[in-house]
Order: sequence, then structure tokens, then C-alpha cells
Amino acid sequence: MTDISLPERLRGAEPVRSIRTFARLEYAYTPGRAASRFLNQVTNKRLVGQRCPVCEKVYVPPRGSCPTDGVPTEDEVELGQSGTIVSFCVVNVPFMANLMEIPYVGALIQLDGADIPIMHLIQEVPYDQVHMGMRVEAVWLPDDEIGPTLESIVHFRPNGEPDAPYESYKDNA
Amino acid sequence: MAEEILEAPNVVEYPFSRTTGPVVGAFLTALREGFVVGIKAADGSVIVPPVEYDPFTAEALTEIVEVADAGEVVSWAWVAEPLADQPLDRPFAWALIKLDGADTPMVHAVDTGGDPAGISTGSRVVARWRPPKPAGSDEPGPGLAEDPNPPRAYREGHILDIECFVPEAS
Repeated sequence: MTDISLPERLRGAEPVRSIRTFARLEYAYTPGRAASRFLNQVTNKRLVGQRCPVCEKVYVPPRGSCPTDGVPTEDEVELGQSGTIVSFCVVNVPFMANLMEIPYVGALIQLDGADIPIMHLIQEVPYDQVHMGMRVEAVWLPDDEIGPTLESIVHFRPNGEPDAPYESYKDNA
Repeated sequence: MAEEILEAPNVVEYPFSRTTGPVVGAFLTALREGFVVGIKAADGSVIVPPVEYDPFTAEALTEIVEVADAGEVVSWAWVAEPLADQPLDRPFAWALIKLDGADTPMVHAVDTGGDPAGISTGSRVVARWRPPKPAGSDEPGPGLAEDPNPPRAYREGHILDIECFVPEAS
């Protein structure tokens, strides 16, 4: 490193070596009409997807149209509170604002009746027993804490059913 | 069918911590101590705030020198409606200020008491410093504060150790 010559007054001072420079972006986010309908139903502990009239796939959370066929998805379909783990990740790295103890498991869960998975947390089972095909159910917050957010579901936990056959979720595995 | 379209705040925040290096570090250290430094360029001119490399020859620069905390407004823009997190909560000017002893201007806020007539190109301004941190004060420095914009009561090695500039008393 180059030697820096300092004025007399700086020579005895404890040097500043680092600073915090926060980058902060504040958005007003709207999920739009379709996802708003979905989230407002979450407030009633109901999970409601939308079916494409062409390919008949059921999307959750719905975006209001089918990305494959480009048509509106107006047919609402109530989904099960249980689903199948189609993919998962054991998280071993703590994040700054993370409230979870590591290791924990994040999973893609194909809810019964849906054709695409949602992402959520898996708890109440040792992380090394989580596997593809495992059947899990939603655990909701107490009724007075439920709002229009998927955080109203605290996590998913095994529901005791035998594993789902691979055929039932192979499109998302 | 009338239905509620939801909306919610979504804040994305990256709590970067940056090392300053010896040159910018010297600038911030000097601010904490209550004065301003620049650096001697290859042609002998003084660059404020100091940079690590000469802007024309690219050679490493090493000679940190003290400049004054008062100078001349080179250019300015009036902020009629200050935003949250700006240095002042009433109308003020962003100004390019060439400090006495410096050959380059630096950006800072100028408080004219809310009056845009209080600033003009060529007008003289002087730094309004925050007080030094009292010995034994346990207020977190900028390296520790979790608040992205902590109220800065004292000087702690940050550009806002100079609260703003004000017109020099004539």
C-alpha cells in the first residue's frame, strides 16, 4: 500500500476505516386484482387458485392470466390445505434479519388441486427427514392474527399421509 | 364486481458496510476531528474530497493536506420541497462549494434559512459543524448504528459531520 502523508492534526487520530452505507428503496406494492382476490381469501383461511380454460392448469397464487395460453383465468378453484413437497432446500446460512434457527427447510409445495407449487417453510419435522413426495399441511396463525398475506400460514408440517406417488407431482419436480 | 385491490409498503434495504481505504478514511477522520482535508494532485492542485489516484495521470496520490472549512459557491440548485432523509427539513440549496485552499468544488447543503435569495454563485459560505462526541459517550458510531439514517448528534466520521454550510457573516 502506498504510504500516505497526513497533516500533523491527523497523525494521532484513530482513523475511520469503514462506514455503513445503506441502500434503501421504498415501494408501494400492489399484487393486482387476481392476487388480491387470492390474498383476501387467505384472510378466510381459504386457498383459491385460478384455472386456465385452455390448458386447464390451476395457478396459485393466480396472476389473472395463463402464461402459456395468454388467456384470462377466471375460473376459481378452491385448493386443499394439504400438499406435496416437490422440491426443498435445507438452509444452513444465517441471514442478517433471519429469525429462523438453522438448519431449516424451505420447500416448494404443490397444494392439492393446484398445478404449480408455492414456496413455504417446513417445520415440526427434523430437517434431514424432509423429502420429495412428503405430504404436508398448512399450520395457520391464530384467527385474530390472520391477514391478507401468505405469512398467515406459519409453516407446513407433515400431515401423516403416505408419500404421494411421483407421477402426481412429476411436472414440478 | 367491486373488490379490494391490495397495496402494501415493500422496502428493499441493503445494509452495506464499506471500507474507506486510507485516503477517504483520512477525509472522514478529519471531519470527525472538525476540519477538512484534500489531496495534492500531480500538478500541485488540491482535490477535495481527496481521491486515491490522479484524475489525469492516474498515479497514486499520497499527500493529504488541510483546507479551510469556508469557501465559495460555484454552482447551486434550490430544493423547495426537501425529501425525507435529506440534510435539512426546510428549503435549502445543494451547492458545489470550492473551499479556500482547494481547487475542486465539493457538494454539500447550504442553509439560508429557507430563503433562495440567500445564496448566489460566488457567495461565501462556511461549515456549520456538529459538536464533537463527548468522551465516554456510548452513542453508536456510523459503523454500528442499525438505523440507516441515525440522528447524528455528534461528529463521528461522516460527511454530515458538517451539518450543512451557511452564508458567511459579512
